Formats: sequence, structure tokens, C-alpha cells
Amino acid sequence: MIHRLFGQRENLAPNYIILGLLCAFAVIPILILGFNSLKSNLELGENSVGFPRQFQWSNYPDAWEQGGFAVTMTNSVIFVVGTVTGVVVLGGMAAYALARLNPRGSNLYMIYMLSLSTIPFWLYAVPLFILWKNLSLLNTRFGLIVIYIALNSPFAIFLLRSFLVKFPPDFEDAARVDGATEVQVLTKVVLPIMWPGLLTVALVVALGVWGEFQIALIFMQEDEKMPLTTSYFNFMRRFSRDWSLTAAGAIMMILPVLIIFMGLQRRFVEGLTQGGLK
Amino acid sequence: MTASPSIQDTSSRRTSFLGKGVEVRRGLLAWAFIVPITLVHLVVVVGPGISGLYYALTDWSGIGKAEFIGLGNFVELFTEDLNFRAAFRHNLFWMAFFLTIPMIMALSAASLLAQIRRGAMVIRSMFYLPYVLPSIVSAFTWSMLLNPSLGIGAALDKIGIKGLDHPWLGDFRTALASIAFADNWHWWGFLSILFLTAMQAIPVDLYDAAKIDGANRWQQFRNVTLPGIRPTILFMLLMTAIWSFLSFDYVWILTQGGPSGASELVSSHLYKQAFLRFEAGYAAAIGLTVSLMAGCIVGGFTILRRRGWEI
Repeated sequence: MIHRLFGQRENLAPNYIILGLLCAFAVIPILILGFNSLKSNLELGENSVGFPRQFQWSNYPDAWEQGGFAVTMTNSVIFVVGTVTGVVVLGGMAAYALARLNPRGSNLYMIYMLSLSTIPFWLYAVPLFILWKNLSLLNTRFGLIVIYIALNSPFAIFLLRSFLVKFPPDFEDAARVDGATEVQVLTKVVLPIMWPGLLTVALVVALGVWGEFQIALIFMQEDEKMPLTTSYFNFMRRFSRDWSLTAAGAIMMILPVLIIFMGLQRRFVEGLTQGGLK
Repeated sequence: MTASPSIQDTSSRRTSFLGKGVEVRRGLLAWAFIVPITLVHLVVVVGPGISGLYYALTDWSGIGKAEFIGLGNFVELFTEDLNFRAAFRHNLFWMAFFLTIPMIMALSAASLLAQIRRGAMVIRSMFYLPYVLPSIVSAFTWSMLLNPSLGIGAALDKIGIKGLDHPWLGDFRTALASIAFADNWHWWGFLSILFLTAMQAIPVDLYDAAKIDGANRWQQFRNVTLPGIRPTILFMLLMTAIWSFLSFDYVWILTQGGPSGASELVSSHLYKQAFLRFEAGYAAAIGLTVSLMAGCIVGGFTILRRRGWEI
């Protein structure tokens, strides 16, 4: 009886049918976006969702030119690099201190961070705007990066601290016994251990800042300093009838994200299969 | 300044062979490492958060002196501001939508995906993909696809499926639901991966035992899977309820609350008051109200848990 139950393979066809439909729902809109970015406006009028009959590659340079992508993409890169650096350095330092140096009150500090990270953005959005205006930080790259660092750091501290706690401090202690200074311990021993955790944090923060919309909308209102997202918002409204152009702009915005996603997905798959073989 | 031994065993052990001086120095170093990010956080979140409590009680344009008016903003908000009332109703719809539709989609997708091996990784990536796109891109994509003359509806109309070429975002009856639909498109897949990860932590023995007892797949789902990932489901329900009050991007990008307020959410209403009408005090009051609502949800959740509900 038991043998028959386990020997019998479950019918998985319904699973694949439903999962296939859900995959189509997730991916087809992105494909249509790609198709439309290569059509002429004339073709889009009669063939609005299908594969392009004729490829109009010029949409891309046109969108790049008219959307000012050279400027806004640079801005977005600056915001991403600035925020990632700040979060990784400042958050990494705090996480190391909390996980390893055991200062008094570190548990209390974690509770403080946890409760603060749940404060809704809209509670402090208006006063923060006024404060930034008074400090002349409004419409500055530095001002926006500081906000991004503050909002991304609690997550980074949690992740990095729990990452570090998993490793015993034996290597660090051994280095200290051998006469290493705290700075040497940090750079020679701790950093290599923390590296994968820092990479994860950097990736998540970079993705978040690249696509961030609402804070940039409020705190960066000068065209030439806007990131891709809010500048694209204006572009999309200005060329609301020219969909092949705006679709090309959207593809240019997501291309770096897609490439990184695909690249890391492969790593992810390998890690999982290796884990499964054990 | 030495760390008390009660905090962690390792600290007392290290004190013993490194000496007290080292421990003191390390304590100072620790705070030197913690202070910078704490300062940034204080300036951006805590300080403005506290002053927001005060501004909510003032009539203020953001320039010059704020005039203290007590609870005046809240009186106006709850008795006169019909737009706020409508926005609040929309938020309740929004919350109900996100507590059900994505949850059901993600749970079914994850439980179907957990049973298969071949192709599972590819399907997983596809589910995850919309979540990594910037909100502006997914919102733009859906504004294109939901367009009555050039979207999916129009394409279906051409091949004979009539009735879907509706101005989804332009009609006051369908605007809000269409925005929620677009927002959900980028959200449910991520949720399903979270559920899948939780499901994979359920011991296989439990499923084997259920199979020996003759449980069919639905019974396995009800009696093994659901109880197994219960903490994850409840946590995500709580977070969804809180986030639903903060949601902004999709509404602002797609309709800015229109047509004629039909898709106004509390957040877009607040944005308009603060940054288009320069009613800083009033907007702070809306922000405080929203935060209190989110706080009430967390509070209610905690009380239910204290009362012995298994959540």
C-alpha cells in the first residue's frame, strides 16, 4: 500500500499550466514594453502589443537625446554610488561594533533602530522638507543622498549584524593576541568575513535607490539634478502620445537592473543546487 | 566602562585575557563606530518626526512663523475635508485589495511551485522579475497596456474579444482598482517567493505522514503547508496593512488621484496639501493621522497576540 502511494507519481500537469499562466502574466508586459520600444509610432497604432514588423532602432538614440538620459543617468549613478558607499561604510561600522565590540546598551540600541525603522515616511516628510530647505540641502545631491543613507541604514545594520554574529570571533581574537591593532583587525580579518554580507546590502540598496521615486520627487526639483525616475516621469508626461519613444526610455532605465538581476540569478541557482547535492 | 558579563559570554571571556584597559578602549571604539550613522538617522528621521508632532498643531505655510491652533487641523480633517474622507475610504479598499488578491495569488503560486523541480528556478526568476523594476517603469507599462485605444483591450477587440477596450484609468469607477492591479503586478511574485522560502523549511516528513494518512493535495495544503508558514503569512499581512497607508508611487504616476479624486489616496492628498498648496501644518496633521492608524494596526496585532491568539 505504502509502496504504491510513493511509487505513484503525482500528476504535475495542472501545476505547470497554472504556473505557466502566472509566468506569462509576470513577463509578457515587459516583453510588450520591449516590442513597443522598437516600433514606429505609425506601427504602434495598429500593432499595439505584438512583435514589431519593422525595427526602428532610432527610438533609442532619440529617447536618450530628448529625455536627457546622459544627465539623469549620471545623476542616478551618483545617487546610487553615494548611498551605497555611505550605507556600507557607516552601517558596516555600526554593525561591526554592535556584533563584536559589545558596548553597553547594544541590545537597547537594536530595539531603538527596529522601532525607528517602522516610522512612516509621511510623518516626517513635511518637517524634513522644511529642515532641508532651511539648511539649503533641498535640490542638492548631498541632501538627497543623506536621506537615502538614513532610510536604508537600519536594514543594513540588521542584516550585517546578524551576518557577523554567525561567525565565531576566534580569528579576530587570534589576530589581537598576535598584536594586531583594532584597525588592522577590522581591515585584515573582519572585512573579508563581512564581504558577502556587504555585497548583498550594496545590491539591495543600489536597486532601491535606482528605482526610488517619491523622495526624489519631493527633494529634487531641479531638472538637471533629477534622477532617472522623476525625470522620466516628466518625460513620460511630455511625450504622452509618443509611446515608442517613452518605451525606449523605460527599457534603457531597466537594462542595467535586468543585466545585474540575470547575472546574480545564475549565482543564486548554483548556490541552491550545490546546497541540494549535500 | 567594562561590558557587563551578563550581555554575552564572549565579552567576559575576552576581558579575562585581554585586560580591562583593552575592553574600555574597545567600548569607546564601538560607540565611535555607532555614532555617525545614528546622527544621520537622528537628523533625517527622529528630529523631523518629533517636530512633525508640533507642526500638526499649527497653521503654517512652511515659511515664516507657525501659528499654534491646537487640534484645529484635526477638526478640519475629520469634519470638513471631504477629500480626506474619500481618500481614507479608498485606502480601506486598497488595504482590503492587498490583504486578499496578492496573498491568494502568492500562496497558490508558491504551493504549486514547491511541488515541482523541473524548471522551478526559471519560474522563480520570472515571478521575481517585476519586483526589481522601478515603480515608474511598471506604472508606465500598465498605463500603456490599459489604454483604451492602444492597449491590450484594443488588441483583443481587433481579434473579436469585445468590451475590454475600456478607459480603465480614466473612468472614475475603475481607476482605483486598475492602479491597485498594476501595483499588485509587481508585488505578488515577490510575495510568492517569500512564501516559497518559508514552505521549503517545512520538514518533508510531515508531507510523507500526511500522504500515508491518505491526505489529498488540498488537505496537505490546509493541514501541513498553511500551519507551517503561518508566521510568515501573518507577518506579511501585518506589513501589508501598514504599507497600504503609505502607498504613493503608482497612484501619483498613473492618475495623481484623478479623475476628480476617484483614486485619491491619503498619501497623494497629503502630497498635494504639502507641496502643491503649501499647507505644511495641515499636511503634517494628515501624516500624523496616517501614522497613528498604522500604529493602531500594530497595537491591535500586539493586543490580540497578548490575549493568547496564536499569531
